[in-house]
Amino acid sequence: MTVQQYALLAWQSIANLFGQPRYLPETFQQADIIGVGSLPIVLLTGFFLGAVLALQSANSLARFGTSTYTGELVSLAMVREIGPVLTGLMVAGRNATGMASELGSMQVTEQIDAMRALGTDPSKKLVTPRMVSTVFMLVILTILADICAISGGATVAVLLLRLDAHQYWSMAWQSLAFGDVFMGLTKPLLFGFIIATVGCFYGLTARGGTQGVGRATTQAMVTASVFIVVTDLFVTKFLLTIFPF
Amino acid sequence: MDRDEQARQAAIAFENVSIGFGGQDVLDDVSFTLGHGETKSLFGVAGAGKTLILKLVLGLVRPDAGRIFVLGQEVTAMTEHETFPLRRRIGMVFQESALFDSLTVEENVAFRLLEEGVHEEDVRGRVLEALRFVELEHTINMLPSELSGGMRRRVAIARAIITQPEILLYDSPTGGLDPVTSNTIIELLVKQRDEYHTSALLVSHRLPDAFTMATHVYDSKQERMVPVRKGSHVNTHTGFVVLKDGHKIFEGTADALVNSSEPYLREYLRQ
Repeated sequence: MTVQQYALLAWQSIANLFGQPRYLPETFQQADIIGVGSLPIVLLTGFFLGAVLALQSANSLARFGTSTYTGELVSLAMVREIGPVLTGLMVAGRNATGMASELGSMQVTEQIDAMRALGTDPSKKLVTPRMVSTVFMLVILTILADICAISGGATVAVLLLRLDAHQYWSMAWQSLAFGDVFMGLTKPLLFGFIIATVGCFYGLTARGGTQGVGRATTQAMVTASVFIVVTDLFVTKFLLTIFPF
Repeated sequence: MDRDEQARQAAIAFENVSIGFGGQDVLDDVSFTLGHGETKSLFGVAGAGKTLILKLVLGLVRPDAGRIFVLGQEVTAMTEHETFPLRRRIGMVFQESALFDSLTVEENVAFRLLEEGVHEEDVRGRVLEALRFVELEHTINMLPSELSGGMRRRVAIARAIITQPEILLYDSPTGGLDPVTSNTIIELLVKQRDEYHTSALLVSHRLPDAFTMATHVYDSKQERMVPVRKGSHVNTHTGFVVLKDGHKIFEGTADALVNSSEPYLREYLRQ
C-alpha cells in the first residue's frame, strides 16, 4: 500500500510537468533553498573527501610505483561514483528531512487539507516544484562537489605527497571519458528525484501530531539514503554495460 | 421532478451516505439536503461525523456508499483532479483555522485569488475588502502566529469568503473561544448569510450559537445583528440537522427542534 502510494505520488510529480498551472516562483525558491543552501556542506565535504582519497590512494599506488596516477584515481572515483553518492546523501540529509518536516507539519495542522479545499492540488504546488529544483540543483551540486574533490586531492598531492601539480591535473582531466561524465551526471538526476519524492511522500503521509512529524523526518532520511545506495548499484551495473571500462 | 434532479438542484444533497473507519460506522445511511441560500447547523456529540460531512462535501474524503451532490455535480462520481474546480466554488473555515503559517495574513487571504491568476493590484483591494468585512484590516502584514485564536478564525473566514463562494462550510468556528469573540464570529456568519445569501453548513458544539443564527438577522443600517421580532415574517432560512450514532435523527427548523418530543433531543437541548 505504501509502495503504491509512493509510486502514485512519484508518477504524479512527473505528470504535473505536462499540465497547468506551473509554479515557477515556488520552483526558483526551492532551487535557492536546496541549491544555494546546500552549497557549503557539499563543497566542504567534497574537498576533504577528495583530499583523503588522494592521501589513501597515493600510499597504495606508491607500493607499485604508480603514485603519478593519483589524479586519475581521484578524478574517476569522484566523477563516476563518490561525487554523486556523497552529494545525494548530503542533500538527502539536509533536504529530504526538511521537506518531510515542512510538509508533515502542514499535514498535521490541516494546511494540506486547506490547500485542497481551496482548489489547489498539493502535488502540483508542493511536490513538483521540489522535485524539479532538487533534480536540477543536485546535478549542479554534484559537478561542483567533483571539482572541489579533485581540487582537494590536488592540494594533498602537491603539498603533502610532493607530486607535480601539472601532472596531477592532466592525469585527472585526460582520464575522464564521455561515459564517465555521463554516468556521473545521470546518477544525480535519479538521486534528486528520489530525495524530493521520498521527502514529500513522508511529509504528506505524516500522522500523529509533532511525534508523527519527527517520525516522518527520520523515515525520509533513512529511506532516501538506502534508496540512493541501492539505486546506485543498479544504475552503475546498467551503465557499465553501455560504457564498459 | 425525479429524485436525481431534485438532488442536482439543491446546493448540497446527501443520498444514503455511509462511511466507516476501522470497521466502525461513522455515518450510516445519512440523507439530507441544503437548499440555495439556506444555512443548516449540524449537531451531534464529538465523533458523530459532523466534520466528516464537511470533508465529504468537498470530496476530501470518499464515502463507502451513497451519493453526494454539490452545486449540481455528483462529487462521489468525480476524481480528485475533477473536484478542484468545484472546490473553488466552496469556502471552508477549518476548526483550527488551518491558515498557512509561513504566509502573512495578506498572502493567506489572497491565496485563492493568486492561484486564479488575478492581477496583483486587484488582489490587494479585494484582500482589504475581505479583511474589512471581518474587521481585521490592521493585521494584513502579520503572521498567523501573531494573532489570537479568535482573530485567526476571522482571517480564515476572510480567506473563505474572498471569492464570494456559492457555499460556505464552517467547522466549529466558535469552538474554544470566549462568548464575546464567539458572538462576533456568529455576527459575521449572519452578516454573510443576509448580505450575500450564501448557502452554508455550520458544524457547532454550541446550540446557543446556532439558535442565535436562526433568530437574528443582520441590520446593515445599525451594522449589527438584531433579533427577529415576534410575529415578523422574516425568514432566516436557518435549519438544524442532528446526528446520533451515525444516523440523522432530526432535520428541521429551530421551532421544530425546540418542540420535538424525541427523548434524545429533549436531553440534548436540556444540556
